[in-house]
Amino acid sequence: MHPAWSIIFFTSISGLGLGLAGLIVLGLLDLSLFSHLLIASFAVFGLIGAGLLSSTLHLGHPERAWRALSQWRSSWLSREGVLAVLVLASLACWFLFTLFFGPPPLWCGILILLMIVATVYATSMIYGSLKTVACWHHPLTPVCYLMFSACGGSVASLTMLALFGQPTPQMLKEITLTFLVGAWTLKYAWWWALDNRGSASNIETATGLGTIGKVRSLMPPHTSENYLQKEMGFVVARRHAIKLRYISIFFGALLPIVCVIFGGSSAGILSMATIFYIIGIFVERWLFFAEAKHVVTLYYGDEQLSISS
Amino acid sequence: MTSLPEPSAIKLGLVIDLDICVGCQACVVNCKEWNTSGYGAPLSDESAYGAQPSGSWLNRVHAFEAGVGEDAKTVHFPKSCLHCEDAPCVTACPTGASFKRAEDGIVLVNEDWCIGCGLCAWSCPYGAREMDPAEGVMKKCTLCVDRIYNENLPEEDRVPACVRTCPTSARHFGDFGDPNSDVSIMVAERGGYDLLPEQGTKPVNKYLPPRPRRQSNDESVSLLAMADAATPKGFWRWMDSTLEKLG
Amino acid sequence: MASEPHVETSPEVSDEIRQTTCYMCACRCGINVHVRDDKIRYIEGNRDHPINKGVLCAKGSAGIMQHYSPARLKQPMKRVGPRGSGEFEPISWDEALTIATDWLAPVREKDPKKLAFFTGRDQSQALTSWWAQQFGTPNFAAHGGFCSVNMAAGGIYTIGGAFWEFGAPDWDLTEMFVLFGVAEDHDSNPIKIGLGKVKGRGKRVVSVNPVQTGYAAISDDWYGITPGTDGLLIMSLIRELMRSGNIDVDYLRRYTNAPWLVIRNPGAADEGLFLRGADGEPQVIDRLTGAVISCKTKNVSAAMHGEVPLSSGGVATPVFMLMTETYMVDAYSPDTVASTVGISAARIRQFAADLADAAFAKEVVINQPWTDWKGEKHETMVGRPVSMHSMRGISAHSNGFQTCRALHVLQLMLGSIEVPGGWRFKPPYPKPPEAHPKPAGKPDQVQAGKPLTGAPLGYVLGPDDLLINSEGEPQRIDKAYSWDAPMAAHGLMHMVISNAVAGDPYHVDVLFMYMANMAWNSSMNTRGVMEMLTEKNSDTGEYKIPKLIYSDAYSSEMVAYADLILPDTTYLERHDAISLLDRPICEADAVADAIRWPVFPPDRDVRGFQSVLIDLGARLGLPGMVDEDGSPKYADYEDYIINHEREPGIGPLAGFRGNGEKSGRGEPNPGQIEAYKANGAFWHKDIPEEGRYYKMANMAYQEFAVEMGIYDTAQPYAFQIYSETLQKFHLAAEGHGNIQPPEHLRSRIKTCFTPLPTWYAPFEGEAVSDEEYPIHALTQRPMAMYHSWGSQNPWLRQIHGHNPMFIPQGLADDHGLSDGDWIWVTSHHGKIRVPVAIMAGLNEKTIWTWNAIGKRKGAWQLEEDAPEAKKGFLMNHLIKELLPAQADGQRWSNSDPITGQAAWFDLKVKIEKANPNEPAVASPQFPALPRMHAVDSEPVKTLRYGLQWTVKDKKVWRGK
Ligand SMILES: Nc1nc2c(c(=O)[nH]1)N[C@H]1C(S)=C(S)[C@@H](COP(=O)(O)OP(=O)(O)OC[C@H]3O[C@@H](n4cnc5c(=O)[nH]c(N)nc54)[C@H](O)[C@@H]3O)O[C@H]1N2
Ligand SMILES: Nc1nc2c(c(=O)[nH]1)N[C@H]1C(S)=C(S)[C@@H](COP(=O)(O)OP(=O)(O)OC[C@H]3O[C@@H](n4cnc5c(=O)[nH]c(N)nc54)[C@H](O)[C@@H]3O)O[C@H]1N2
Ligand code: SF4
Ligand code: SF4
Ligand code: SF4
Ligand code: SF4
Ligand code: SF4
Ligand SMILES: [Mo]
Repeated sequence: MHPAWSIIFFTSISGLGLGLAGLIVLGLLDLSLFSHLLIASFAVFGLIGAGLLSSTLHLGHPERAWRALSQWRSSWLSREGVLAVLVLASLACWFLFTLFFGPPPLWCGILILLMIVATVYATSMIYGSLKTVACWHHPLTPVCYLMFSACGGSVASLTMLALFGQPTPQMLKEITLTFLVGAWTLKYAWWWALDNRGSASNIETATGLGTIGKVRSLMPPHTSENYLQKEMGFVVARRHAIKLRYISIFFGALLPIVCVIFGGSSAGILSMATIFYIIGIFVERWLFFAEAKHVVTLYYGDEQLSISS
Repeated sequence: MTSLPEPSAIKLGLVIDLDICVGCQACVVNCKEWNTSGYGAPLSDESAYGAQPSGSWLNRVHAFEAGVGEDAKTVHFPKSCLHCEDAPCVTACPTGASFKRAEDGIVLVNEDWCIGCGLCAWSCPYGAREMDPAEGVMKKCTLCVDRIYNENLPEEDRVPACVRTCPTSARHFGDFGDPNSDVSIMVAERGGYDLLPEQGTKPVNKYLPPRPRRQSNDESVSLLAMADAATPKGFWRWMDSTLEKLG
Repeated sequence: MASEPHVETSPEVSDEIRQTTCYMCACRCGINVHVRDDKIRYIEGNRDHPINKGVLCAKGSAGIMQHYSPARLKQPMKRVGPRGSGEFEPISWDEALTIATDWLAPVREKDPKKLAFFTGRDQSQALTSWWAQQFGTPNFAAHGGFCSVNMAAGGIYTIGGAFWEFGAPDWDLTEMFVLFGVAEDHDSNPIKIGLGKVKGRGKRVVSVNPVQTGYAAISDDWYGITPGTDGLLIMSLIRELMRSGNIDVDYLRRYTNAPWLVIRNPGAADEGLFLRGADGEPQVIDRLTGAVISCKTKNVSAAMHGEVPLSSGGVATPVFMLMTETYMVDAYSPDTVASTVGISAARIRQFAADLADAAFAKEVVINQPWTDWKGEKHETMVGRPVSMHSMRGISAHSNGFQTCRALHVLQLMLGSIEVPGGWRFKPPYPKPPEAHPKPAGKPDQVQAGKPLTGAPLGYVLGPDDLLINSEGEPQRIDKAYSWDAPMAAHGLMHMVISNAVAGDPYHVDVLFMYMANMAWNSSMNTRGVMEMLTEKNSDTGEYKIPKLIYSDAYSSEMVAYADLILPDTTYLERHDAISLLDRPICEADAVADAIRWPVFPPDRDVRGFQSVLIDLGARLGLPGMVDEDGSPKYADYEDYIINHEREPGIGPLAGFRGNGEKSGRGEPNPGQIEAYKANGAFWHKDIPEEGRYYKMANMAYQEFAVEMGIYDTAQPYAFQIYSETLQKFHLAAEGHGNIQPPEHLRSRIKTCFTPLPTWYAPFEGEAVSDEEYPIHALTQRPMAMYHSWGSQNPWLRQIHGHNPMFIPQGLADDHGLSDGDWIWVTSHHGKIRVPVAIMAGLNEKTIWTWNAIGKRKGAWQLEEDAPEAKKGFLMNHLIKELLPAQADGQRWSNSDPITGQAAWFDLKVKIEKANPNEPAVASPQFPALPRMHAVDSEPVKTLRYGLQWTVKDKKVWRGK
């Protein structure tokens, strides 16, 4: 699948923002200082909002984006939109409440956290529900999304604590490390599944011509590339994919882990952790699209769906 | 209307006969010309006279080959929207632009609502949806909904443009909900099949398989052993008796 | 849940429908042009039309884009820069026509043959040939010589009709349809409609073709033959059918010259000629009495073997005996030919058996009494339901004429021509060579200031009819009807430029061309032709072809090489007659013709070429084009179509004559064009039921044909399995008669001009080493493109914007190639670099590509980096118009020695993988042509055809 920057940005940044928001509403940060409250709310709304905004960039008609809120009964994209709006609204209430009355009761936070979880789940299910992209259509897809959101949130919250000069509790660090290790382990499992899971679809089922013999594509319908080939026909070469997987683990897991373990409460080092993490997750997201093979490629020259070397 | 309606009694769609399609692309271009100035936004073409011409089309004809050597078979393979019963493109659509008609099962896009997110195209296993590069809305085969019921057209022309134009009659249009319709009978008799059945989309359109190449048949070759004509003398004997019979 | 949006299911389609005839190719289908706001909304097939019955091909459906093409020329132009530079100055029509007249008038006054007038895929040859004749030049032909004259001449000389679009299988009754070397052909929609019918009825389709695409892809049996060897395969089939007695003896006896007596007197001047009676009629032996009598005797049962001693020495035996001697030999046994043709002996036998089975076990009988030309009555029409079609796969080889004849003989052996279920003629055929005129152009027939004494093209019947002078030298610029190409019924357009530049046989003063992209895809040796067109005489500094007038409608590659451009209209802007006098649109069951008319008036300063020709004719004062007082006789082509009479009562259009009630013959009708328009732009009349089969021998048909003006008197005839005309040329080569070939051609004529069809290996393959050039290279027509016209069409060029070279797996393995790799392909003449694609359904010694996709940079108003110029390529760069030198130093033209047909498909090549460091660009490349003075010098980037209406019609959606 074509890795559109707007979508990569959207899923990774809003995922991070939502994760951060989830931890904030649990009361992790001390927001009694107005400036801290302001920075935290800017960070949360900035990240989530920028992500959402960028997701409209690739739309043919962004001015009609509001219509996307209407089909929550069947469409994960619509659900994601509705939930994101709800989350943003609740967060706004949460921050306002904090501003005027101090931290709201925990149950409010838990409620918002649940909505955040649902939102990230919905985002993941935009992809996870697509049968047409076999590697996305996997139970681990939403799990990975949730885990990465949690990772992102916890790394970012450590960074914020450090920036605010607040203590960075060991437990939070341990949780962060657990999330990091867990998320990337699950991602690794997801990759393993991608590499090892056959697909029920192949050029023979796509054409129904298998009874004659081995099928191959002879001529594309048009010599010029079409939307489908550009959109779904993008595949990164296996060689590069493997390399990029390691790069993403290096930046997204290894470096942040080192920073968290050895960074103490240094705002600089923990900021680096977040930056490294974002780089790692960008690469991971790019690969999430670039490694995904759409079943339609069977009509455009591919004979099976596993990515070949 | 993004949720799918109850399955309709009438299920309109196409049968594509792979035994007859010669890959002439008539259906492809006629579809384009009917639709570019008809229903919805034009089917635009970018770099029309330039280096990378690319436009939106609702129907495309691929070519595959199966087997090797003398037994290899080239198969021309037209593909447009299959108007699936369980259309994932419809349920995925966040805006309600993509919908399946309750009365006849035709899957359409309401271009005034479409935000051009492309998710429906991602959901379609068949590559039957293409984003229009200029208008930024999703285009797809309408089953010529503006022809098949069009009272401004003569009755006999109320069929999809691609069906009307196909020179070999490799495309047939009809109601698959009616087991006695021509298309249903054709599918039953010729072993019509679904593309990518494992995707669970339950396509309405069906494909008729190419007839298998005939295996050599000794009985018919034995025709050549007939008579004792193989020698010149025998040949003339055969010739004379043949003429005798003719008078 | 929300309710569905409203969908407008009954929108108005158009304001009006204007019916005319398509010309996105030469098939000439009927079209309904839906017009809205005076623009094209939609083009669909006309359901009532005899050719396409409502269907429309990809090209026809893309007509909108052709009509509005930015590459349309918009004004007459004269060259200002050097030839080939593409620098022109727009001029007025008056100036253009004055220039043309000033160039042409002196030529006519001095030596009219110094005008070479050649037209491409011309559909107005009745007019253009008449114009040439009135001008007085024999140097006229259309594209047939480089196209498929082998099929035309092979057919006319054998059966009095030809494949092309001049005949058709009996689609509704045939049991087996066999295609030899056809990818698309002129009859494109009818063949597809027919294939659909045959397959739909569950009948067998067989394809003999090295390449399995399109029609071959849907065949039930595919024979991937080695190119150029069909003759051998066919003769092997004939042998198997004869040996097994699977031939229609009665048919051969009644309708062919199989029983005619041939003189066998080796060495004598009459060896191989027919034994004729005092009245000149060929003789047969009466089987019952043994008497030698005229073949025309009623109720005679002619013997198929026997021997008559002749007083002059020697004997006479029926043709059929010669056939058995010729074909029932081991040289044609399946086992012998298998390796050459590339098909196993078992499969050849299978093929023969299938033919026999379909023809004889599945006989069809129609209960329709009829009377033959001898007056014999038949109660039924008996059919052998095997039908065939063939085209350039056979004709574009140097052995194509004889192979085509062999194919017709195979059909005749099966009794399957003009019978139910077989292959049938479309009027004006059947028409034997004797019923056609002979070509004019002998030295005394070309006179200064005078018309030619007859039409420039025709059918020769022996050496006496050749257009040569007393020294035996060619009279025509293309050497047609000389010993180089004695039976060149369509001329040799592919030789005109090289002959004229070489001054062999002479130089011309003016070359006048219409609708032929000679500087690109219709020439062999394309680079060479471009050079020849710019070659100058070193003494005078004048171009070797001093003046070149060209009419094109678009900014093709050829335009850049002309001195004067006469811009034509598009097919929707002009009058045309698709005439019974030329290439009509008849069906096997009906005569039909059609018109085009300006469904849109031209919006530029362009004129229909035919009207321009008539104007030019009047300015030159050509007979028939001016009245007594010298004033123009016809206002324009429309006027000519209505009022011109070839002979009293017969004009370009056969329908609605007189007061609109007369067909075929009748006075000119001023309302004729209007009557055609009201009838959907065509006219047709059914052949009476009784006359629908056996047309060559059926009195009901013959009388109908006379009534329709096709002939003046009935012309029944027998099919010529044995060709006396060929034998006459053969005898001349043997040294008989006073018109004899030059020494260097004698042996070739002896080998190739055999009265019974023969097979010889294609010339190029023989001339080059098989080791060095082991691979055959072919082109095919893509169904969705028409030669070079299609690339200006933004829809079609998305389908075919560039072309790979398809190669078989074996070659790919040998050379380590995979899809998308680049190779060098080398012939004895040239070298090209092209991308490859691997294909399974392909003869193992053959590679191929789509024809005419590659374009010259800058032509057709395409941007310079268009894929057509970067990745698209022409095979033509590898094909030379001359073969490598013979042992005696002579260089034969790369043509069939009998008809002069260009032997495009004889090409032999070798391949090698290109160095991976070379650029992925097709080679050769040529300097870019400048954008022409055409409609749009900067064509739009994004095309949104129909936007004005789709915006207007937003009402489609009335969502809530
Ligand atoms: N390698 C290879 N070469 C081949 C062949 C092959 O099989 N292989 N086939 C050969 C054969 S059979 C043929 S017939 C030739 C065809 O070759 P051409 O006769 O050159 O055919 P086109 O490319 O169609 O070009 C005809 C010209 O007519 C112009 N034209 C189109 N419409 C109109 C019109 O309405 N009026 C006027 N005045 N001009 C118009 C076009 O712009 C174009 O310049 O190619 C031959 N060349
Ligand atoms: N769409 C479209 N239609 C056209 C044209 C076009 O450009 N586009 N051009 C028109 C013109 S001008 C012409 S002349 C006709 C020509 O119509 P066709 O005769 O169909 O011409 P080609 O496409 O050259 O096809 C030649 C076929 O013969 C096969 N072949 C080559 N060599 C041999 C051989 O030795 N033996 C056998 N058995 N087969 C062989 C090739 O593989 C190919 O399939 O088409 C006309 N129709
Ligand atoms: S073919 Fe594709 S676009 Fe059409 S209904 Fe099925 S899933 Fe939707
Ligand atoms: S592109 Fe349009 S039709 Fe498709 S899912 Fe998005 S909004 Fe719906
Ligand atoms: S039914 Fe209509 S819209 Fe669909 S492919 Fe055919 S012509 Fe195109
Ligand atoms: S028009 Fe008919 S024969 Fe031609 S490609 Fe389409 S389905 Fe096949
Ligand atoms: S075959 Fe196609 S291009 Fe040719 S005349 Fe017919 S519709 Fe037009
Ligand atoms: Mo041709």
